[in-house]
Amino acid sequence: MDLILVNIIDGLVTGLLLFMLSAGLTLIFSMMGVLNFAHASFYMLGAYFAYQISQGLGFWMGLLIAPLIVGVLGAGVERYGLRRVHQYGHVPELIFTFGLALLIEELVQFVWGKNQMPYFVPEALNFSAFAIAGNSIPAYKIFMIFISLAIFIGLLFILTRTRVGMIIQAALSYPRTVEALGHNVPLIFMGVFGVGTALAGVAGVIAGPVLGTFPGMAFVLGSIVFVTIVIGGLGSLWGALVASLLIGWITTFAKAYNIAMADILNGIGFATPENLDDNLFRDLWTVTSPQIADILPYILMVLILIFRPSGLFGKRHS
Amino acid sequence: MTQMDTKSDVKGARGDEQITTDPRSPAQQMGAGNMTLTFAPWIVAAVLLAILPFIFTNNSSITIMNQMWITVIFALAYNMLLGQGGMLSFGHAVYAGVGGFACMHIMNASDFFSVLPLPVLPVFGGLFGMGLAIIVGSFSTRSAGTVFAMISLGVGELIAACSVIIVAFFGGEEGISGDRTYAQPFFGVEFLQQIEVYYLISAWVLISAALMYLWSRTPVGRMANAVRDNPERAEFLGYSARWVRFYSFVASGFFAGVAGGLFAINYEILTEENLNTASSGVILLVTFLGGVGFFFGPIIGAIAFTLLQTVLSLQTDLWAFYAGTLFVATVMFFPGGLAGLLMMHVPVFRLGNARSLIVPYFKTLLPALIGILGLAALVEMVFHVRHAAPGDDEMTLFWTTFDSHAVLPWVIAIGVTLIALGITRATAPGLREAWNEATTPGARA
Repeated sequence: MDLILVNIIDGLVTGLLLFMLSAGLTLIFSMMGVLNFAHASFYMLGAYFAYQISQGLGFWMGLLIAPLIVGVLGAGVERYGLRRVHQYGHVPELIFTFGLALLIEELVQFVWGKNQMPYFVPEALNFSAFAIAGNSIPAYKIFMIFISLAIFIGLLFILTRTRVGMIIQAALSYPRTVEALGHNVPLIFMGVFGVGTALAGVAGVIAGPVLGTFPGMAFVLGSIVFVTIVIGGLGSLWGALVASLLIGWITTFAKAYNIAMADILNGIGFATPENLDDNLFRDLWTVTSPQIADILPYILMVLILIFRPSGLFGKRHS
Repeated sequence: MTQMDTKSDVKGARGDEQITTDPRSPAQQMGAGNMTLTFAPWIVAAVLLAILPFIFTNNSSITIMNQMWITVIFALAYNMLLGQGGMLSFGHAVYAGVGGFACMHIMNASDFFSVLPLPVLPVFGGLFGMGLAIIVGSFSTRSAGTVFAMISLGVGELIAACSVIIVAFFGGEEGISGDRTYAQPFFGVEFLQQIEVYYLISAWVLISAALMYLWSRTPVGRMANAVRDNPERAEFLGYSARWVRFYSFVASGFFAGVAGGLFAINYEILTEENLNTASSGVILLVTFLGGVGFFFGPIIGAIAFTLLQTVLSLQTDLWAFYAGTLFVATVMFFPGGLAGLLMMHVPVFRLGNARSLIVPYFKTLLPALIGILGLAALVEMVFHVRHAAPGDDEMTLFWTTFDSHAVLPWVIAIGVTLIALGITRATAPGLREAWNEATTPGARA
C-alpha cells in the first residue's frame, strides 16, 4: 500500500512534466495545425540555458530567465522560419521542424559538448520532504508537482477566463474574423508559439537536474510527447493532461513491479515450455514488465489509434 | 461576344506556352511515345553502373558506391510515399530493417542456399517488408498528413524498441550477422569480393528503379498523385483514397525491404541502428534534399548525401551539423530540392538562353561559395577553440595549419567571409534580372 503511494507520487511527477511539454505542443498544434517536432529540443535548450545561468546567478534566476530566452527563440523560429515555410504546405512545415530538431541537437553538442552537464537540484530544495514507510520523497519532487500544477491552472485561467485568452481562442478558429476586428493575428500566432516553447523551456529547467542535462535528452522525450498528444487527442488540453498522467503512471508502475510475462501466461493456463532455449517464443516467456515499461506508451498509442483514431478526448479528424 | 473571344484566345495562348516550357506537363514527359527517349536514361544508367568500377577502382570507392545504390533504392521507395503519395513517414527504416533481418535469418538457415542462390535473397527482404507494411498500413493509411506521420513515428519507435526485447529475431544489442559466401555459386560467382556484390546491387538498383518508375505510371501510381493533391476530389471521382494510399504504402514497403535485403548482403550484419528513428530521419533527409517532386530526385539525393557523409565526415567532426543546416536551408529556400533546382533550368535550355546565365552565375555563386566556406571555417575555428585539448592550439583547415588562438587567422577568415558575402549581395540583383530575362520567352532577341 505504501509503495503504491510512492509510485503514485513518482508517476504524478513524470506525468506532470510530460504534460508541461504536451501542453505547449497542443497549444501550437491547435493554432497552426502543424506538429512542432522541435518541441522537445526547446525543452533541452531550456535545461542547458538554465544550467549556464545557474553557474553564475543560481537556480532561481535560471528558472526565471531561461524560459524567457527559449520563448523568444521560439517566437523567432515562428517569425523567420515557419511563417516562410508555411506557403509550401503542411508537409514541408513538419519537415522543417524535424530538421530544426536535428540542427538544435547538433548546436547543443557544438556549444556544450557531448557529455552530461553538472546541473543539480538547488541546495534550498535538496532535502527529504517526508517519508512513506521508509521511502523518502525529495522536496524537489513536491516542488515539481506544484510548479506544473500552477502552470496548468494559470494556462487554463488565461485561456478561458481572460480577454487575451478569448482573442487567442477566436484566432485559432476564425483568424480572418479576428483580423477584421483589428487584432494582429500573425503577432498572436508568434506569441502563442513563443509561449508554447517557453513552457517547454520551463519543463527543461526543472527536469534538467533530475533527468540529466545531455544532448540526447530531447530525443529521449521527443517521441513520447507526440505519443501523449495522440493518445489524448490532437489539440485537446484536457486530453493532454489525462494522457500524460496515464503514461506517467503506467511506466512508473511497470518499472516498480517486476511482473514476469511467464507468470501471467502461467496464470491464464499456459504451461512454460520445458526447453526455452530452442523455443521460438522464448523472448515472450522471459520478458518482464520493467523491460517493456518504455514501450508501453507506444503500444497504448497503436491500440488507441486502431480503436479510436481521434484519441481519448480528440474532436477533430486528422 | 468579343470579350469571350479574347478570353479563349488568352487561354489558348497560355496553353501553348505551357506545352513548350513546362517540363512537368504530361505531353512533355511522355515524349509522345518516342521509344529512344523513354529508354535512353535507363541505358545510360546501366552503362554508368557497369563502367563506374573501372573508373573508381579502389576498394573504398566501391564500398561507397555499394552504400550509395542501396540508399538509392531506399530513397526511391521512400519517395513513393512522400513525393508521390503525400505521406510523410517518420519510421520507414523499420520496413527496410525488418526485410534485412529476415534476409539475414534466411541466409543463416543452412538449407536455403541449396535451393536458391544469393541474388534472389532481396526478394524475400521485400516480401517481409511488404508483409509488415500490410499490417501497419491497414490502420495507418486511413489518413495522410499529421496523423499518418504520428502513427509511423509510433510504430517505428515500437519496433525499434522491440529489437532489444525480441532477441530471437533482432539479436538484441549486438544484432545478428551472417555470411553470404555460404551460398551456392551463382554462375560461378561466390560473392567473396566487393566487386561481385557491387554488380549484384547494381542489377537490383536497375530492376527496382525501373519497377518503381513503371509503378508510378500505373493507374494506382497516378491516383496516388491525385490523392496527394486533393483526396476529396479523388474520392468524388470514385477512387478510395485510403486504398490508393494503402497500395502505395505496401509497394513502398516492398522496395524498402529489398534495400534492407541488399544491406544484409553487403554488410553481413544488422543491428538496432537499421531500425531506429535516426535512420528513418536520414532517409527523409536524403529524399527531401534530392527533391520529392521528381522521380529521379531521390537518386540525386542519395548520391549527394552519401558523398557528403563519407567525404565530409573524414574532414570534420561537424559534418552532421552541416548536413542539418543544409537540410533546413533546403526546406526553407528550395523546397524542390536538388532535382527542383536542376529542372528549373530546363525552360532556360529550351529557350536557348543558357549561355546568358554563365557570367551572372559565376559572378554571384563563386563569392557565395567562398562566403559559405568562410563561414564554415569560422565555425570550425570556434569549435576548435572551445573543444580542443588545452595547449593544442594548432589546427589544420583547407590544407593550412595555423594557431587557432592567434588573431591573424581570425582577421583573415572574417575578412574573406564578409567581403565574399558582400560581393554576393551586390551581384544578386544582377543574377535575378538575368534569370528573369532567360526564363521569359521573347525577352531576348
